[in-house]
Amino acid sequence: MEVNDGNEREKRKGVSERAMATSGTTEKYNIRLTVNGKAHELMVGKDVNPEHTLSHTLRETLGYTGTKIGCDHGACGACTVLMDGDPVLSCMTLTVECDGRSITTIEGLEEPETGKLHPLQQAFIDNTAFQCGFCTPGIIMSAKALLDENPSPTEQDVKQALAGHYCRCISQYLVVKAVKEAAGKGR
Amino acid sequence: MGEEYRHIGKATPRKDARAIVTGKAQYIDDMKLPRMLYGRVLRSPYPHARIKNIDTSKAEAYPGVKAVLTYKNVPEWRAGYPYHRLVLDSTMRFVGDAVSLVAAETEAIAEEALELIDVEYEQLPAVYDVEEAMKPDAPQIHERIPGNVFPRGYPAIGAKALQEVVMGDVEKGFSEADFVTEGTYAYENIPNPLPPEPPGVIATWEDPDHLTIYTSSQSAAMNRNFAQPALGLVDIRVISAQCGGSYGTKNANFIPMAHAAALAKATGRPVKVYFNKEEHFNAYSLRLGSRIHARVGIKKDGTVTALSGEWFVDTGAASEMAQVQVAVGCGEAQLMLRCPNWNLQPYLVCTNRNPSGCVRGFGGQELKSALIPLLTIAMEKADLDPVEFFKKNFVKPGDGYYWRDGIWWDYRGVDYSNTMQKGAEVFGWEDKWRGWGKPTAVNGTKRIGVGVGLHGNADIGEDESEAYVKISPDARAVLHACVSEAGMGERSSLCKMVAEVLNLPLDRVNITDPDTLINPFEFGLVGSRGTYAVGSASIEAAEDAKRKLFELAAPVLGAKPEDLETKDGQIYVRGNEEKAIPWRKAMGIMRTLTGLGRFETDFSLCNFMMIYAEVEVDVETGKTDLLRIVAVTDCGQIIDPLVLEGQLQGSFGSAGIDTALFEETVLDKDTGHILNCNMMDYKWRTFLDFPEFQSVILETPIPSHRFKAVGVGEISPAPGPSAVLMAIHSAIGKRITDYPATPDKILKALGKI
Repeated sequence: MEVNDGNEREKRKGVSERAMATSGTTEKYNIRLTVNGKAHELMVGKDVNPEHTLSHTLRETLGYTGTKIGCDHGACGACTVLMDGDPVLSCMTLTVECDGRSITTIEGLEEPETGKLHPLQQAFIDNTAFQCGFCTPGIIMSAKALLDENPSPTEQDVKQALAGHYCRCISQYLVVKAVKEAAGKGR
Repeated sequence: MGEEYRHIGKATPRKDARAIVTGKAQYIDDMKLPRMLYGRVLRSPYPHARIKNIDTSKAEAYPGVKAVLTYKNVPEWRAGYPYHRLVLDSTMRFVGDAVSLVAAETEAIAEEALELIDVEYEQLPAVYDVEEAMKPDAPQIHERIPGNVFPRGYPAIGAKALQEVVMGDVEKGFSEADFVTEGTYAYENIPNPLPPEPPGVIATWEDPDHLTIYTSSQSAAMNRNFAQPALGLVDIRVISAQCGGSYGTKNANFIPMAHAAALAKATGRPVKVYFNKEEHFNAYSLRLGSRIHARVGIKKDGTVTALSGEWFVDTGAASEMAQVQVAVGCGEAQLMLRCPNWNLQPYLVCTNRNPSGCVRGFGGQELKSALIPLLTIAMEKADLDPVEFFKKNFVKPGDGYYWRDGIWWDYRGVDYSNTMQKGAEVFGWEDKWRGWGKPTAVNGTKRIGVGVGLHGNADIGEDESEAYVKISPDARAVLHACVSEAGMGERSSLCKMVAEVLNLPLDRVNITDPDTLINPFEFGLVGSRGTYAVGSASIEAAEDAKRKLFELAAPVLGAKPEDLETKDGQIYVRGNEEKAIPWRKAMGIMRTLTGLGRFETDFSLCNFMMIYAEVEVDVETGKTDLLRIVAVTDCGQIIDPLVLEGQLQGSFGSAGIDTALFEETVLDKDTGHILNCNMMDYKWRTFLDFPEFQSVILETPIPSHRFKAVGVGEISPAPGPSAVLMAIHSAIGKRITDYPATPDKILKALGKI
């Protein structure tokens, strides 16, 4: 191979460092994470590696697969969850940085006792504000953060809050309508 | 307006709506099988190269690695027509082509192992331009495709598969014309349809004769139907997860499936191969490149007397089924142009870039985006209003066309001129259109222009579908049809049709999972065929089940079967609803009844879509803003208004309208690398950037099936690019001859740079 020999060596060095991290030779400590009201204790080196993103931990380690990974580089918004109420890109957030945080995912929006849907979820159903639905959980989480902060957003506020979300089927027009409708109903 | 029905035409929640909004809908990457391994692909850094040496020993020895495959030890499965795609090959034909496969206990280990594979390449010259690739001294990309031009035809669509548009006498036609114009247009931005969910497959071998594939597909069974011959006719069971967007790209993509199946075979364990976004950009289905040189003969009244030319179609390093896209495009050209004299010669060519694949618009969008602008040169010469031109030239009852099967079909559908006129009225065309190259308004440096494009496709009745409807004594029905959900809402729409026939509440009708083991034959959700083709089979199955039910009920009610009606699980003699019996009284409780339905290919109808566009071009900066879109169709009968609305709004997605303005895959023609292979550099419209959108939907009964409906989703983006290009011409008075019309091209056309 005639190119990138220097890079190749760097990459292999990276490989061995990651292998060490995987084998648990780094300092051990726990990450406490609350997800949808449920407390989780994750051991670094066992349940969580330093390179694990929050989206990876939620999906692969804790089984909250409602959070989607689209681009995995912070550009499409599919992985959006709420951290202490604020929307974050879980694919750009390292789990080891989340100690003590409270996370809400799409699975946490229904009323736990009754199973009643959040008004946003109901409005998305009523307006068929999705097509393939892959981007929908992320969009709903950002919309929830918006409504929690601003219960009566303008159309422009809604578009601004959702501007980081990629939807390729084109649900945008119906999503804006659904979010406005949910805002009108409040909770 | 369509007819009044109980369910049809009404907005009802999608069957999967709750699962989607609660995060319970299962996509392929949400699935894990016991003992599942993770497969990763080492990809070529060169556009054209031969592997001189490959050493996988370090990767094989890496802890957690279960298999490493190269061209030396993979199964000899081959795909494409003619066969030109192997599971792995010793020659790399695009940056991103598969060099080697690794299966490991975790994705991270598999990824790390890729870096331990040592490859020595011999670089070969590469070619990227479609006409360059056809020259005798061009680098040869595939041994089996001499001269880089694919042989014409495609056996799977029939021995007479349409290979060109040739009819009448073009020289005679040109001699009859008032004007003959000539030009070249190119739609070669090879944009990526880019569904939000990357493609993925899980493969597991139950035994050497039974392969199970879990995938994310809009047409689950197509994976079985297309791959079985390549895999030596082993039994392939395909189950589709909820599909996170497809737009044609996730039908039957042989290579990812073959990679997972080969790794699963080598390891004896289930293997998941899931692309990351970089791979999605570099090694998965782009649109075809399309370039047309053509002469057009036209009379003053808009009659087209002749069209002759060459259509160069660039499929990149391989063709999945591009010959079919070319054949369908050739058919669609005839739908929009009632011309007696044709000689349009297509050339399907391979080049050294990420292959094109099936994409919504399927050859038609690529053709129209170049052909309509070419026709506008003739329209301008004859000083014709494009809306009037399209009204005159779009197929009408009594006309006909050679469709993709090479057979002449007499058109028995409706005249869409009225639809075009309704759209023009809603858009305000008469008011805004000032003639060719004339802006609607000028405000300082900003110029407003309008344009229009159209498309129609007879694939709404393509291929075959089968369905069973099973009814049970508890007054429920299950539709057995192998139909995936990739966003089109078709599973719910089919349930509505069955519920309508059986007169049941919608929640009493369900549909089986998209699984080839439990369902009869289904071609798939392509070409907007869901409504007519799959709908016809489902309706017939429901009617058959109802007929069987009435045969059992007739003696109980002392009446003839043809005099019976059913509603909400009760059966009664027509007009005597008070004396009703429940289904279980007719059936007994230890019985189900199964109705059968089948649809066979019918290309005698087409759908229709027109897009009116209004743009504002800043002649100082060259920037174009899209101000307004009016999307127009006549679908015969709306099945679900919100689902249909979504399909029409989808004209912005899947590399549609915006390929006229900014969407493109930027290929570095020195290195063969894609320069914008991430979602920051590949531009897409955000929530803030969407223009005013209005749909105009007519419901003129179309003689399809019981509900007089046809589908339209597949074609909704196709008229967009040419409409926007025309609008830019109106605004600035200059022609942009290739897409996208970026500011630099506009300033160049204006002589400013």
